[in-house]
Amino acid sequence: MSKHYLSIEGVNKVFGQGNKQSCVLKNVNLHIEKGEYISIIGHSGCGKSTVLNIVAGLLPATDGVVILDGKEVNSPGPDRSVVFQNHSLLPWLTVYENVALAVNKTFKKTKTAKERHEWILKSLEMVHMSHALDKRPAEISGGMKQRVGIARALAMEPKVLLLDEPFGALDALTRAHLQDEVMKIQAEINSTIIMITHDVDEAVLLSDRIVMMTNGPEATIGEILEIDLPKPRNRIEMADNPKYNRYRQAVLRFLYEKQRKVEVLVSAEKPKPAQASLKKAASA
Amino acid sequence: MTTKANSIVKPLSAVSMPVSMDKTLFRFKRVGESFVQKVLPALIVGFLLILIWELLTSSQSATLPSPSRVVTDTWELIINPFYNNGGTDVGMGWQILASLERVAYGYSLAVIAGISLGVLVGQSTWAMRGLDPIFQILRTVPPLAWLPISLAAFQDSNPSAIFVIFITAIWPIIINTSVGVRNIPEDYRNVAKVLSLNGYEYFTKVMLPAAAPYIFTGLRIGIGLSWLAIVAAEMLIGGVGIGFFIWDAWNASMISDIVLALVYVGVVGFLLDKFIGFISNLVTRGTSN
Repeated sequence: MSKHYLSIEGVNKVFGQGNKQSCVLKNVNLHIEKGEYISIIGHSGCGKSTVLNIVAGLLPATDGVVILDGKEVNSPGPDRSVVFQNHSLLPWLTVYENVALAVNKTFKKTKTAKERHEWILKSLEMVHMSHALDKRPAEISGGMKQRVGIARALAMEPKVLLLDEPFGALDALTRAHLQDEVMKIQAEINSTIIMITHDVDEAVLLSDRIVMMTNGPEATIGEILEIDLPKPRNRIEMADNPKYNRYRQAVLRFLYEKQRKVEVLVSAEKPKPAQASLKKAASA
Repeated sequence: MTTKANSIVKPLSAVSMPVSMDKTLFRFKRVGESFVQKVLPALIVGFLLILIWELLTSSQSATLPSPSRVVTDTWELIINPFYNNGGTDVGMGWQILASLERVAYGYSLAVIAGISLGVLVGQSTWAMRGLDPIFQILRTVPPLAWLPISLAAFQDSNPSAIFVIFITAIWPIIINTSVGVRNIPEDYRNVAKVLSLNGYEYFTKVMLPAAAPYIFTGLRIGIGLSWLAIVAAEMLIGGVGIGFFIWDAWNASMISDIVLALVYVGVVGFLLDKFIGFISNLVTRGTSN
């Protein structure tokens, strides 16, 4: 058996049937150790979210397996909690109740009612949302909703935390704030995290390793970049750090030179020669 | 400028009294304003319509009674809504209550069956393909067309009327519930999967609240339709009930009684609709994003 904490072994994913088949992922292999922070970056449509959904168990892999802590993953479960891009809080429940739903379900047998209550409060305190326990999601800002989403996912004490573009829908200032928060939490509880992102700075700032994916169809892992910067990282200091900038450049180079995204216009009657050659260059 | 200076100089205790009085005054003013804005137009238009009605029916040759005639003719009925002379000769209050009772039975059954079937059709594609065409055909059958069949089946008028209510109210409930269940956002389903909610937990904690706005739309249409159907059904089955009261009055050529009954029917239908709307607001508060 594999000795890694989380292994993604030879995962393929084909959507559709017969002639309409499209192979989204081809032979994805990734090994993640306990406590690692991994970012998966790539152009939109390259199947990043598909990888995450397969790890979460929300989508079955066509071939290959995902093994977490010695056990094969084939259905969703609380050991792999997900923070969704659009928070996905249940709007009819308060902030407290949203987290309580997860906690009461996950720790029904292992914790008493009082312990669970305290655990809910502690989880919300960790993301600084203790002031809004009785508010409904509609009454709090987008950043706060995402905090609660993170609290809900963390409260389940997952073996691996899956973040699906968690800060994508937030404005730049709120995003920076929440990134700092996540860094702090990760330093505190040393959780294993896989994050999908398309933000280069975010990837370099937060991750231990950045997994860069090639363009679809048949997307796979192009390069893996090890980020050897001491933690905790400070975004202001990092701006001047030559190493940080080199990493940043490496990711940018991968995304904009090696995997340059070519939008093929369906409406155009004939592909222009310039476009066709670009496409060839990209796939080469 | 001067008023501002004054209020600052005043000691707190002296200020508090006028402030609280201001508050009550303000509240009165607000109630008055909303009365003028919302209720007054309806009153004016209603008064005008009654005036037109009075003018149109004031001549001797008019076939319908004027509003003033209606009131004088039916004054006994208006002031004694709960007399009981036995048989079908009871006050309007009893007539309405008898109709409401039938609606309550038929509608409650329709709610239970309708929501259950709606959830089934919304959840299972197979059930939808099997049942939806049947629902689409049956729902176009007019309520009264069910009456002979149900009379034949139950051999009794009261259960037949209840069945007609049931079969009338159930379609919008089924259809709206199934649409609501079908439209539960994928995100909520994913959340439920990640939390590993079981079927029952998913049903009570995610599906029902998420579909509640749709379900209540169905319930509201359903109650309106049942009230429409009960009057028609009672005309045919007889006994105590507002529908038969109307039919009876027609046979006795007491047109004024019919007009009074129509007012009752309209007001009760309006109140039923408002009642379901009120419950809907209570239950679905906060379900919308």
